[in-house]
Amino acid sequence: MIETPLNAKIKGEDFTELPKDLYIPPDALEVYLETFEGPLDLLLYLIRKHNLDILDIPMADLTRQYMVYVEKMRAIKLELAGDYLLMSAMLIEIKSRMLLPKPTEIAEEDDPRAELVRRLMEYEAIKLVAQQLDDMPKVGDGISIASAYYQHISQVKPPEVSLDDLAEAWRNVLKRASHFKHHKVGRSELSVREHMSIILRRLKTDRLLEFTQLFDVVNDGIPKLVVCFLAILELAREGLLRITQQQAFSPIYVQIALDLNHGHE
Amino acid sequence: MAMSETSNIAELKNVLEVALLTSHEPLSLDDLLRLFAERMERATLRMLLDELKQDWAERTMELVQVASGYRFQAREEYANYLARLNPERQAKYSRAVMETLAIIAYRQPVTRGDIEEIRGVAVNSNVMRQLQERDWIDVVGQREVPGRPSLYATTKHFLDDLNLKSLAELPPMDDFVQSEIKLEL
Repeated sequence: MIETPLNAKIKGEDFTELPKDLYIPPDALEVYLETFEGPLDLLLYLIRKHNLDILDIPMADLTRQYMVYVEKMRAIKLELAGDYLLMSAMLIEIKSRMLLPKPTEIAEEDDPRAELVRRLMEYEAIKLVAQQLDDMPKVGDGISIASAYYQHISQVKPPEVSLDDLAEAWRNVLKRASHFKHHKVGRSELSVREHMSIILRRLKTDRLLEFTQLFDVVNDGIPKLVVCFLAILELAREGLLRITQQQAFSPIYVQIALDLNHGHE
Repeated sequence: MAMSETSNIAELKNVLEVALLTSHEPLSLDDLLRLFAERMERATLRMLLDELKQDWAERTMELVQVASGYRFQAREEYANYLARLNPERQAKYSRAVMETLAIIAYRQPVTRGDIEEIRGVAVNSNVMRQLQERDWIDVVGQREVPGRPSLYATTKHFLDDLNLKSLAELPPMDDFVQSEIKLEL
C-alpha cells in the first residue's frame, strides 16, 4: 500500500527543523487536528499559513508539510480517514510527475497541479460562502416573524363523530376490560352525575384526553365503566363536552366544550 | 355585506394586514387573493401590498417578500433586544453541515458524490439528515447514471428562513479571494 513509501518519506525528513508555527502543544493537538474538515481543508490551511501561491504551488514544500500533519495524526492515533491517505498519494504523484523532464511542447493546462488547484479553489470558495451563510440572520436566529394570535389558526375544524364510532370505541373499552376479570361487586357510588363531575374535573386539568383514558379498565368493574360511558354521553348531550376524531378509526378525543369558559371571560 | 366588502382601499389593506400578521407562514399572492370574495387582479393586489409596506415604513415590523410569499417581520434593529427573550441560542451547525448546505445551495442539483468531490471527504448521512429535517434541502430527482443517485436541492423554506426571495440573492460566490480567507485556527 501507500503506507510504506509514505513512512520512508517522513522519516527521511528532519523533524527538528519544523517551522515554529507548526508546533502545537501535545494536549491541544487532537482538538486542533480534528478541526480540519478533510485533506483539502488541511492543504488550504497550509497554503494560507505559509503564504504559498496557490496558482504556483511548491509541491515539495506543501507535500512535506502535509505529511508532517498526517504523520502527527497517525502518531496520536486520530482515526485517520482514508481521504487523507488518498490525498498523500495524490500529492506524491503530482510531485513526481513534476520531476519528470517536460516535453517542450507541453501545454499550460497539462500542469500536473491543475486538477489539485481547481479542487482547492472550488473548495475554498464553498468554505467562504458556507461561512457567509452561517453568519446570515435566520428565522428564529436573528429574524422574528409576526405571529399575532388568531384563534382559528390552531382551531382545526373538528370532524363529526358518528354514533357508530362511539359505540365501536365503547366496545373496545369493554373488550379490554374483559381481559381484566375483576368482578368487584362493590357498593361503589355509581351515579352518572357523579361521574360527570369527575370527568369534567379531569378535563379541567388535562384539557384534552383520549376517550380510552377516561376509563380505568384495570381497576374499575364493568358497572363503573358503563356509568362512566353514560356520563360521557350525558355530558355530550348537554353540550358540556366536545368529542372529536380526526378520521375513522383514529383515537377519539374528549375535551370541555368552549361555552363552559363563558363565566371566566 | 358582500357588495361593500371590497369597496374601500383602506379596508382591503386592513384585510391583507390582519391576514399577514396572523399567518405563521409567508402568504403567497394566491393565498392573499383567496381572502377576497370578489375577483382581484394580481396587479391590484401588488399595489395594495406596496401601499401596506409604505404604511408600515415607520413601524417596528416590516412587510417583506421571501421565496414563499409575503410576511411581516421585526425590523433588524430590534433583533438584539428580541434575542434576550430567548437566551438559549440556536445551536450552531457544524462546518460540515454548513459546507454541505453551501454546496447544495450553489451547485444544485447535486448528488452526494458531487458533494464528496468538492469537500474531499465522505458525506456523513447525519449531515444530510439534519438539513432535511430542517426542511432546507430535499430530493428533487435522480441522476440517470448507474445507481441512480438522488439529486438534492435547497427548498423554498431555506430561502424563507434566510430572508431571501430567490437563490440569486445568495451572497455571490467568489472563485478565489485571497485576501478574505479567514484562518480558523
